[in-house]
Amino acid sequence: MDKIIVSIFGLLSIIFTYWFFFMKKINTVQAEGIINILVDGGYKPERISIPYGKTTKLVFERKDSSPCLEEVILANFKVRKFLPLNEKTVIEINPTKKGEFDFSCGMGMFHGKLIVK
Amino acid sequence: MNKQTFAIKGMHCASCVYTNEKALKAISGVTEAVVNLTTGKATLTSEQPVDAKKIMDAVVSVGYQAMIESPETLDEKIKTEKIKELKNLQIKTTVSLILAGLVVWGSFPGLMNTAPDIVKNMFYHFLLASIVQFWGAYDFYKAAVSSLRHRIANMDTLVVIGTSVAYLYSTAVVFYPGFFERLNLKVEPYFDVSTVIIGLILLGRFLEAQAKAGTGEAIKKLIGLQAKTARVVRNKREIDISIDEVVAGDLIRVRPGEKIPVDGIIVEGESAIDESMVTGESMPSSKYKGDTVIGATMNKSGSFVYRATKVGKDTMLSQIIKMVEEAQGSKAPIQRLADIISSYFVPIVIMLAISTFVGWYVFGPSSAFIFAMLNSIAVLIIACPCAMGLATPTAIMVGTGIGAQHGILIKDAESLETAHKVNTIIFDKTGTLTQGKPSVTDIVILNKSLLPGGESSLLSLAASVEKNSEHPLGEAIVNKAEEEKLQLIKVAKFKSITGKGVEGLVSGKKIYVGKLLGSDTYPEGESLKDQGKTVVYTYINEKLSGVIAIADTIKESAKEAILTLNKMGIDTVMITGDNKTTAKAIGKKLGIKKILAEVMPQDKEQEVKKFQKEGRVVAMVGDGINDAPALAAANIGIAMGTGTDVAIEAAGITLVNKNLMSVVSAIKLSKQTMKTIKLNLFWAFAYNVVLIPVAMMGLISPILASGAMAISSISVVTNSLLLKKAKI
Repeated sequence: MDKIIVSIFGLLSIIFTYWFFFMKKINTVQAEGIINILVDGGYKPERISIPYGKTTKLVFERKDSSPCLEEVILANFKVRKFLPLNEKTVIEINPTKKGEFDFSCGMGMFHGKLIVK
Repeated sequence: MNKQTFAIKGMHCASCVYTNEKALKAISGVTEAVVNLTTGKATLTSEQPVDAKKIMDAVVSVGYQAMIESPETLDEKIKTEKIKELKNLQIKTTVSLILAGLVVWGSFPGLMNTAPDIVKNMFYHFLLASIVQFWGAYDFYKAAVSSLRHRIANMDTLVVIGTSVAYLYSTAVVFYPGFFERLNLKVEPYFDVSTVIIGLILLGRFLEAQAKAGTGEAIKKLIGLQAKTARVVRNKREIDISIDEVVAGDLIRVRPGEKIPVDGIIVEGESAIDESMVTGESMPSSKYKGDTVIGATMNKSGSFVYRATKVGKDTMLSQIIKMVEEAQGSKAPIQRLADIISSYFVPIVIMLAISTFVGWYVFGPSSAFIFAMLNSIAVLIIACPCAMGLATPTAIMVGTGIGAQHGILIKDAESLETAHKVNTIIFDKTGTLTQGKPSVTDIVILNKSLLPGGESSLLSLAASVEKNSEHPLGEAIVNKAEEEKLQLIKVAKFKSITGKGVEGLVSGKKIYVGKLLGSDTYPEGESLKDQGKTVVYTYINEKLSGVIAIADTIKESAKEAILTLNKMGIDTVMITGDNKTTAKAIGKKLGIKKILAEVMPQDKEQEVKKFQKEGRVVAMVGDGINDAPALAAANIGIAMGTGTDVAIEAAGITLVNKNLMSVVSAIKLSKQTMKTIKLNLFWAFAYNVVLIPVAMMGLISPILASGAMAISSISVVTNSLLLKKAKI
């Protein structure tokens, strides 16, 4: 009997894990020239729409002391920047290509997206 | 009234001024804010001094940066933060490992017999384990909780789940032993598991943080090269000023043994300069009036004055730093797979751990619960996404850094990756394989009685006449005479005969320098021509007296570079607009078999594409504007740093020095870096792919798993650091 309960519970936990991590809805935030991004256990907002051909200032503010998030990488824009704790760091980008571009922490565990329209 | 003045970074238009003024005026207590675009400075008027943090926040909120008095540079900030982080980690690691050691001593069968009673007490274990769990692992909890709020799982999540399960189970055993007895479970806590895992993972993090600091060293070294002050000549007085205050046009005095502050051109004096720190060229180069000097290089012998041409962010060193930083910010295509995997990895590991628990509980032997718990903890702990995440970037950071130290600037990680696949290298001839400047190679005396002083008198006479012409061949003769410190004689009745040569009266003798006249012949001239040389004849009083051969000389490093590349199995090709004879002669000297001669500049790109169509991976080495399309078309463009900005812009790799062996070094560097990356990725993947199933099968204890995990990321970072020892 206990084996059946554990099996059902295990299956439900797997489904929950899948739903919790893989099926989250992410809202896209529109940036107009400047956007504040909070770095705390991830990036908030995570999906940012920015205009093509115009300079956008991404202001990263790191509140998380975990060394995982100490660097942000915008590989398509060739930017790797150290984010000092509890400070705002401005990264200026001027996209010359349309599309979706990833940004991530130094080890590629935390991700965000820039959508250039 | 109180006034505060500070600089604002990032302003480039009038609206920037307005935005900043508006933001500054909004700070409470500020009565006036004036921002000046040209000086980049702002002045605040307020009743009470405004807190620097408030000003910085106001400016940053509109997207700029305020540089308030004695700001800590980013580097210093990183350093302070890192020192703090390392110290914190060191204390936590040491304490946690000692406490874990005590728990193991009091609970490990065999070992516990030697321990005093207090050390064996379960409540005492609970106390020690609680300290490790909530103080030692505090940062893991904090990171895991904040990422869970974003519905993200990472390394910390795995550690937190794994150790919490062991800790909570053990706590329950300590306080409710009767409950476990009724379930036929042994009353045995697993505090050793939770504490040792945390201790070892902290140790792993500590060592990894230390090793990682070494990967970014190159940039720090480059920044450290910068001189701090400059001795500027202003109003006929020499004053020492900060390097930030030097402006283009300033005259700067540099004495022996001093660092050259910024880029410029020598106006007075001469010296030997050690440029190795910027160009990677080990021999000091002699510099004279009119020669350019590079900031941050070391003046060895003489004293000289030079005019600053490039300051601040325009100097060569600043450009190099920018390029290296950009390369380190880019991603290599090989990293894509690791990136995709690591973003799904942790949740999958959690699901695998749950499956392990269920599997062992349902099908395991008696005491199934204990097996299920320990094995699922082992699965959570052994998974190491960090090693995958660190495999490529750490190697790229070290690789691009080593490149910069050798005068090899890599534009992005992709270029570094592509270079190792190159199997054909096309060299532009002029300026790349050769000096790009004609010089005298042979001098032959035909009439000794007219030239009693031999070669010197021939050179002196020819140079005296050619001094008046503007022909590049003439310039070569004049340069040679100057090099040999020969006296040039005044020329009368100078005449340039189009298509033939030049003539004039020197010390009463009629001297002609140019092509052969009339029906004169000189058979040896043909063999000189076959060697790719241009032959110039000198007549004294209409008698053929001497021959001077001129050619664009091959760079000393070219032959060795071609030989090494050929040995490495890379096909070398020379491309030139020169005629076939000259091209062949140079190709033969260098050992290049494939010669593409008489190629118009606009057709170079097509030639590159032809090779690519044959399935070859092509590198193009060039320096001129006309090479830019070919550099861009090639799989990898390599620009010689002495070349034009356009060429550098189009290339993936720029060589700061003129040494062609740097091409070999660049290829070797790429090969070594890729070898390191592949090895890193292999270990990171193999480790996870092999050990996770092994842990699921119950063949690894959670404690061993944490040890293996700690080693895996350190080994990846250490392997990347080993690149520094690679011979390139």
